[in-house]
Amino acid sequence: MARKSSSLKTSVVTVAAWTIGFLIFFPILWIIILSFKTEGDAIKAPLEVLTSGWTLHSYAEVQERSNYALHFWNSVVLSVGSTLLALVIAVPAAWAMAFVPGKRTKDLLMWMLSTKMMPAVGVLVPMYLLFRDLGLLDSRAGLTVVLTLINLPIVIWMLYTYFKEIPGEILEAARMDGATLRSEILYILTPMAVPGIASTMLLNIILAWNEAFWTLQLTTKAAAPLTQFIASYSSPEGLFYAKLSAASTMAIAPILILGWFSQKQLVRGLTFGAVK
Amino acid sequence: MATEHSRTAARLMVSPAVILLFLWMIVPLGMTIYFSFLRYNLLMPGMESWTGFDNYYYFLVQPAFGAALLNTLLLVGGVLLITVVGGILLALLLDQPFKGQGIVRVMVIAPFFVMPTVSALVWKNMFMNPVNGMFAHLAKTLGLQPFDFLSQAPLASIILIVAWSWLPFATLILLTALQSLDREQMEAAEMDGASWMNRFIYLTLPHLTRSITVVVLIQTIFLLSVFAEILVTTNGGPGTASTNLPYLVYQQSLLNYDVGGGSAGGIVAVILANIVAFFLMRMIGKNLES
Amino acid sequence: MTMTYRAMLGATVALTLASAALAETTITVATVNNGDMIRMQGLMDDFNAKHPDIKVEWVTLEENILRQKVTTDIATKGGQFDVMTIGTYEAPIWGKQGWLVSLNDLPAEYDVDDLLPAIRGGLTVDGNLVAAPFYGESSMVMYRTDLMEKAGLTMPEAPTWAFIKDAAAKMTDKDAEIYGICLRGKAGWGENMAFLTAMSNSFGAKWFDADWKPQFDQQPWKDTLNFYLDLMTNYGPPGASNNGFNENLALFQQGKCGMWIDATVAASFVTNPKESTVADKVGFALAPDNGLGKRGNWLWAWNLGIPAGSQKVDAAKAFVAWATSKEYLALVAEKEGWANVPPGTRTSLYENPEYQKVPFAKMTLDSINAADPTKPTVDPVPYVGVQFVAIPEFQGLGTMVGQLFSAALAGSSTADDALAQAQAAVTTEMTRAGYIK
Repeated sequence: MARKSSSLKTSVVTVAAWTIGFLIFFPILWIIILSFKTEGDAIKAPLEVLTSGWTLHSYAEVQERSNYALHFWNSVVLSVGSTLLALVIAVPAAWAMAFVPGKRTKDLLMWMLSTKMMPAVGVLVPMYLLFRDLGLLDSRAGLTVVLTLINLPIVIWMLYTYFKEIPGEILEAARMDGATLRSEILYILTPMAVPGIASTMLLNIILAWNEAFWTLQLTTKAAAPLTQFIASYSSPEGLFYAKLSAASTMAIAPILILGWFSQKQLVRGLTFGAVK
Repeated sequence: MATEHSRTAARLMVSPAVILLFLWMIVPLGMTIYFSFLRYNLLMPGMESWTGFDNYYYFLVQPAFGAALLNTLLLVGGVLLITVVGGILLALLLDQPFKGQGIVRVMVIAPFFVMPTVSALVWKNMFMNPVNGMFAHLAKTLGLQPFDFLSQAPLASIILIVAWSWLPFATLILLTALQSLDREQMEAAEMDGASWMNRFIYLTLPHLTRSITVVVLIQTIFLLSVFAEILVTTNGGPGTASTNLPYLVYQQSLLNYDVGGGSAGGIVAVILANIVAFFLMRMIGKNLES
Repeated sequence: MTMTYRAMLGATVALTLASAALAETTITVATVNNGDMIRMQGLMDDFNAKHPDIKVEWVTLEENILRQKVTTDIATKGGQFDVMTIGTYEAPIWGKQGWLVSLNDLPAEYDVDDLLPAIRGGLTVDGNLVAAPFYGESSMVMYRTDLMEKAGLTMPEAPTWAFIKDAAAKMTDKDAEIYGICLRGKAGWGENMAFLTAMSNSFGAKWFDADWKPQFDQQPWKDTLNFYLDLMTNYGPPGASNNGFNENLALFQQGKCGMWIDATVAASFVTNPKESTVADKVGFALAPDNGLGKRGNWLWAWNLGIPAGSQKVDAAKAFVAWATSKEYLALVAEKEGWANVPPGTRTSLYENPEYQKVPFAKMTLDSINAADPTKPTVDPVPYVGVQFVAIPEFQGLGTMVGQLFSAALAGSSTADDALAQAQAAVTTEMTRAGYIK
């Protein structure tokens, strides 16, 4: 009896979970489908869309019009570069805050988070002037620094919560054995923190990849990432659903695939220390 | 345990981050404060003049300001409500054993990876468009009049779009928390005849408090500055029905090219965001203490 | 760690390089993502053959983002672009600031006198041509000949608003998803306000009187807005308050609009059988009037200008001259057919017998000639511009008023409220900007 009801429950759960999962995923699936249609078919009713012919035409057109490879590479360099730079700055800071907490550590952390609340649009003109004077407009270096600073608070916070969960006794034992600060971080702390660092890194890459204000404003061509690639397809004259879908698919596919493959890693660190 | 030596080392290690963030905050902020006291239109260079608090006055008295303030709160509140409640329900569901867990989890997590501009474009054109959108086609199939989402319910539509992007984030954090729930305790409670509802209220929910706090905190930071979704879908309209503070600042500084007014708006937004952050910390900060 | 090192190294190198000039002959062209501009990118072989030493790099963006980016860049002298695509609104304002390189010294074979006078006049500041027109447009009525016939009506060449309303009522068949009229409703100075400001001219309305006092509290604006709202609520498509040029184009191409009053450049899209389901059933007429001496059509051109800070003025000029030349028009005609030639810039194009065969050629020229940016309204006004007011503040004002009117269209406020709010808000801004003493 119990077994039967539990198997019934499992099937209900299975159906419910699949339905909801499918609905949440559906918009993405739909872009992918539309990207393989002609412009004329892409605006038809859903059933007609599904039964119409398939074509690679939109991809060919997007490929011909835009330098996808350049935008893609810029996105990779910017998101990975800014993430690594952020980690280099954040790991020592988070370590210090987690293991040598002062009276003001919490306040410091909150202050760092509050720097994220400045509306970017309000400071565009000052930033543009600054970048012009430093010769950083349309340079990957400048944008990398901006993306690093934007995400630094989140990175520090994630690492901090992660480091806090590492038991202090282990470090003390190591110190007894005469480990220096450097070797303490390098050989004991880092290996224990690798999962946390990995998921921090992943989250940060996603955030940097999807950042759509500064990447659009401070670049023109040489450093322009995929956000600008999308901006040239967003609302042209005439029918554009299929081309927009193809461009969108090309812009989100890399990060989607990365996310899927590494979702276990990502999930482990997304706890922000909230799970005890 | 913390010796004088390690304290010095700790300060050294924190300082790069602090200095960089301080510069990042103070340089643009300082320039913005300076501009906010100038009459400065980007299209009329060389005409800058000192105006005192004029820019602040005009920013605050415009009717759009009140609307933007309310919309900002509604947007943050609405998305938080949907993602937290939806996230808990979804996490409870995904926590059950069922076939194809891995694939379903992959599908649920996917919207988080989609750029805000792309998701807004897709929802606006392929789904909410009252003529060619999926919803319009469905309504027509059912013999109904297509609903015009972005002009009849602009803010609600934007909340929906933003919530779609953030639901995976909330779900994942809550799901991770659920998985660390003490199974034995749950089973014991079940043996004692506690109803599902009671188990949820007295065991599950308290266990999730910290995670919910984290979700609320992180999302609030990002939601206060929602901008791309509005720019792409409604341009803040009709009227000011979907204008939030960042969008209002954008209008002032990049549509009107009124850098002075935009800067004043930016400063107002920073102050308000910090007030929100302060209260948020007061209210939920203690949940984060271990 | 090697990656970090490389990123750092890359950063240093980029820093060093950024200060040095790029290769002499690479010019960066910022452009809008419309069909004519995209087509030009496909025809660059011809330019490259003529100027092998100049390499053109494109930055193609959606209109609003483009406008905001180039304006930020030119106003802060960021120097990111060598050629910018700008509208007739920007050209006189920027020209007056001295931000654009004068094009008076283009070679004789460019034949500057061949440019249409109405368009050229709008691009000339203090005797200097500050930008070269790539294509020009006015607005006109596009209508479905089959539906018009079915309704038992004949479209006159120069219809009145009363006729348009009558026709819209008779063509509308909401069950069959046919809407008598499609007009812009999306908020923006270049969206619904372009249409409404042009329309208001034919109703005898104006933005400002001689003392720069806003006129939204006057009867002509009330008539304009009420007429527009009446048309759109009764005979317009659903969701009209979010419809701009693109949305209406898509609707018309799918056969869902009886009439559409919009840019003349749309004619080549709606008559293109590859994209349009109604390509062979489209007729054209002048924008409507009310018998007051002004028609409700606008005048617009996309132009190529060279920012004053550019280090590569000569190469940029060579490109601008090529892109806006007679030869370029002939090149497009040869490769893509006469219907796809960028319209509205040169007299010689309209004198070409081949081009006169294009169904919308004459109507486009007549519409352009019917618009006079220097005398846009029935009563005299202190400003220039048909569907805009050529002052720097207008973008902000137009967008603000556009939002109010689009709210009225969406039904979230009334015409009277929208006009009263517009009057109050514009008065505040104009006082603040020092126009109203």
